[in-house]
Amino acid sequence: MSQSAGQVTSSSLTPSRLATSGLPAFIRTFSSLVALATLVIFNILFTPNFLAVGTFNANMTQVATIVIVAVGMTFVIATGGIDLSVGSLMAIAGVLAPMFLLDARQFGAPAVGLVLAFVAPLLATTVLGAFNGTLVTVVGLQPIIATLVLYLGGRGIAQLLVNGELRELRNLGSPLIPSFEFIGLGQVFGIRFQIIIMLVVVAVAAWVLRATTFGRYVLATGGNPAAARLAGVPVNQVKMAVYCISGFLAGLAGLVVVAINRSADPHRVGEYMELDAIAAVAVGGTPLSGGRATILGTFIGAMIIQLLRFTLIAHNIPDGITRMVIAGAIVVAVLAQRQRSS
Amino acid sequence: MTEPKGVPEPLLVMEGIEKAFPGVVALDGASLHVAPAEVHAIIGQNGAGKSTLIKILNGAYRREAGSIMLEGQPVDFHNPQEAQLAGVSTIYQEINLVPYRSVAENIFMGREPRRWGLLDRGRMNRDATAVLDRLGVHIDVRQPLSTLNIALQQMVAIARAISTDARIVIMDEPTSSLDEREVEILFDVIRGLKARGIAVIYISHRLDELYAVCDRVTIMRDGKTIDERPIAGASKVELVARMLGKEIGEVRRSGATGFQHRGARPAGEVLVEANDLQGAGLDGASVAVRSGEIVGLAGLLGSGRTEVARAVFGADPALGELRVRGKPARWKSPRDAIRAGFGFSSEDRKAEGIIPYMSVRENLTLAALPALSRNGIVDNAEQRKIVDRFIDRLGIKTAGPDQRIRELSGGNQQKVLLARWLCLNPSLLLLDEPTRGIDVGAKAEIQGLIDELADNGLGVLMISSELEEITEGADRVVVLREGRTVAEFDHAEVSQDTVMHAMAHGDDEPGRRDVGTSGSPAVEGDSASRSVGAVTASASPGAPMPATLDEPGGRR
Repeated sequence: MSQSAGQVTSSSLTPSRLATSGLPAFIRTFSSLVALATLVIFNILFTPNFLAVGTFNANMTQVATIVIVAVGMTFVIATGGIDLSVGSLMAIAGVLAPMFLLDARQFGAPAVGLVLAFVAPLLATTVLGAFNGTLVTVVGLQPIIATLVLYLGGRGIAQLLVNGELRELRNLGSPLIPSFEFIGLGQVFGIRFQIIIMLVVVAVAAWVLRATTFGRYVLATGGNPAAARLAGVPVNQVKMAVYCISGFLAGLAGLVVVAINRSADPHRVGEYMELDAIAAVAVGGTPLSGGRATILGTFIGAMIIQLLRFTLIAHNIPDGITRMVIAGAIVVAVLAQRQRSS
Repeated sequence: MTEPKGVPEPLLVMEGIEKAFPGVVALDGASLHVAPAEVHAIIGQNGAGKSTLIKILNGAYRREAGSIMLEGQPVDFHNPQEAQLAGVSTIYQEINLVPYRSVAENIFMGREPRRWGLLDRGRMNRDATAVLDRLGVHIDVRQPLSTLNIALQQMVAIARAISTDARIVIMDEPTSSLDEREVEILFDVIRGLKARGIAVIYISHRLDELYAVCDRVTIMRDGKTIDERPIAGASKVELVARMLGKEIGEVRRSGATGFQHRGARPAGEVLVEANDLQGAGLDGASVAVRSGEIVGLAGLLGSGRTEVARAVFGADPALGELRVRGKPARWKSPRDAIRAGFGFSSEDRKAEGIIPYMSVRENLTLAALPALSRNGIVDNAEQRKIVDRFIDRLGIKTAGPDQRIRELSGGNQQKVLLARWLCLNPSLLLLDEPTRGIDVGAKAEIQGLIDELADNGLGVLMISSELEEITEGADRVVVLREGRTVAEFDHAEVSQDTVMHAMAHGDDEPGRRDVGTSGSPAVEGDSASRSVGAVTASASPGAPMPATLDEPGGRR
């Protein structure tokens, strides 16, 4: 590709060339699918009870929150940015929700409290996403610095909101708790509800990126911001929007985590999530330079990391080695994609 | 190129220098001869290869062919530090110093005088003072560099350069951030260097400066050295002509471009007028464009051509009056200008035109997305129709609409970018170097297309460094110099000579240097108030973005 870049001659209009130039995204996705399939087959053959419903649910439960956050991260990275604040925003959403469940009686009808327990945390993290976006666009900070602010300060906010204390949901004594916990523990047709949330988020995001004006603007902003602006793309609004989306999805993941754990720990909810999400995006084939993105790839990337971790743990590999293997997998994945895309 | 006769024993001889970057040949047999104690200018258009040649001399780039002889010895510097040790110092446009260290520390950075392994601050300060004294600059060398103004900082950079016993000092656009008085001081310093036997290589696009301070001039074009001559006796028009690759009095070769209909179409209403634009690179530029008219915007590098187009498009902030179809307008961003029916294509296709990883289809429809989508969802069928139509109509050679635009040739990329605007059925196109870096065939095609669009009522403001494009294509020519409108010609008055004179001197009279402070009036109906940036009324032009996407210009 590189030698012939810049010149299209009649000889280059061959079918094979058409195939390579039109489908690189598919091929990238495909290579990570092969890796995922390899992991699945390995586990079917060598890991006892891999196909048991319990194992499936355990894996999917752990991957669901990472995928939800990583989808938001994919949008941010597609514009050439990055969002380090997602873990802290999860914690903020996580500690906010029980407050509304606790004080449910104040809101008249209990249902109001339940609705607020979902809406208020999501609104808060979306607004904090807008704060990130403001630092990036209006103030003009580098995204990594801009979101470092809430990475550090956000967890502080979460701790202050609950005086640094862990909040057990069942100790709240609220009749709303089971309803709230449904997003983490409930099942629909035998499938964990959070898995459904994850799949919906992935499907909607993939569609938005592919089929909408906004999706086009996101990729144009990341691909060449100066050119995009001159073509009428509202570059700053687009950047603002992706940080809001990332904040919203981080909040959603925070609610799911709290529901699964049946407790809100301001110190632990969303810890290291920013790194897991970025790793999923990178392994999935979205370059950190922006301008290109694949939501499906991010989903597969998160699954690969999860299964890799599961496989190593299931076979009693020490944690230190597990970490190194995952690090190696990220390097291999990124190198493989770079070869294909250049 | 020309034999350096009459030059006593050359200090520096560069011959047959070649250098290519991916996709571009930057230097193709360039040469440079510099004598001792000579101030030697290098001039040329943007992209002529001046900076590349300098960077090869000082080791920032490696040459692919050619020889460099310094005082008769072949040299081959691997980096600028090596060159500096050998006596070749470079002072860059952006001053390359550390603001929070002292003046003396900046001068001796990396080679501080030491005594018993420790920094000898006393000696460093004394030496620094001595070096600056030689330049006629008397300041406290212990103060941080950041407390000095730009001109003095530049003096420190020069002091740093000569403190290493430089034999050649290279200055790349040294006056770009200096005011007139500071320029004079710099010139005195340059004359002082010359008196001490140091040669200066001086790159500038301000021709007037060359006469003040330079002895000889090397003229570059398209990576080649075109001419080398004493500056005395070379007229500015001559220099400009050589830079552009023209001969004075050259007979116009009609049909050299794809333009056919210059002056033959009736101009319509005034689409846009910009009066007394002020801002970065602008100092009172005025221009107006009517529908069905190609206005050529001519001027040397740094004359404010691009800045005018960008200001009219709302791409950069500028003060001044902007009227769209007679009504005051003010853009917050290019988006507003696009809604008013404007389109702009940048001179730098790669940096400001294409979205490299997007397909031809996505690039082509980027500006039209609002019109192409319903509730924010892109209408794929409509998009496909439009893309297919423009690929066909403009003859865009591509493997298919899904091919990435960066894989296309420059000419085809440019066609896609033109189509980006044409599918919006615009009323005004601002085209900055629309045929730069495009092969001859595609060039004529694009010129023919612009011509045809103007026939059909489109207003075009066309910036070009190529005189033919201006003289053969434009119905009217506006000439800028130093950010000001200095001349205007209608198609009957336009010739390469008249335009070159205006570019070099600022008006028709050769030799006259000063033009009035206000730009020559380009626009009739200048009665309106000087409603500078304060005007907040948004533009409400007669024909905003069309609801339907039709053939460009409506009819064929």
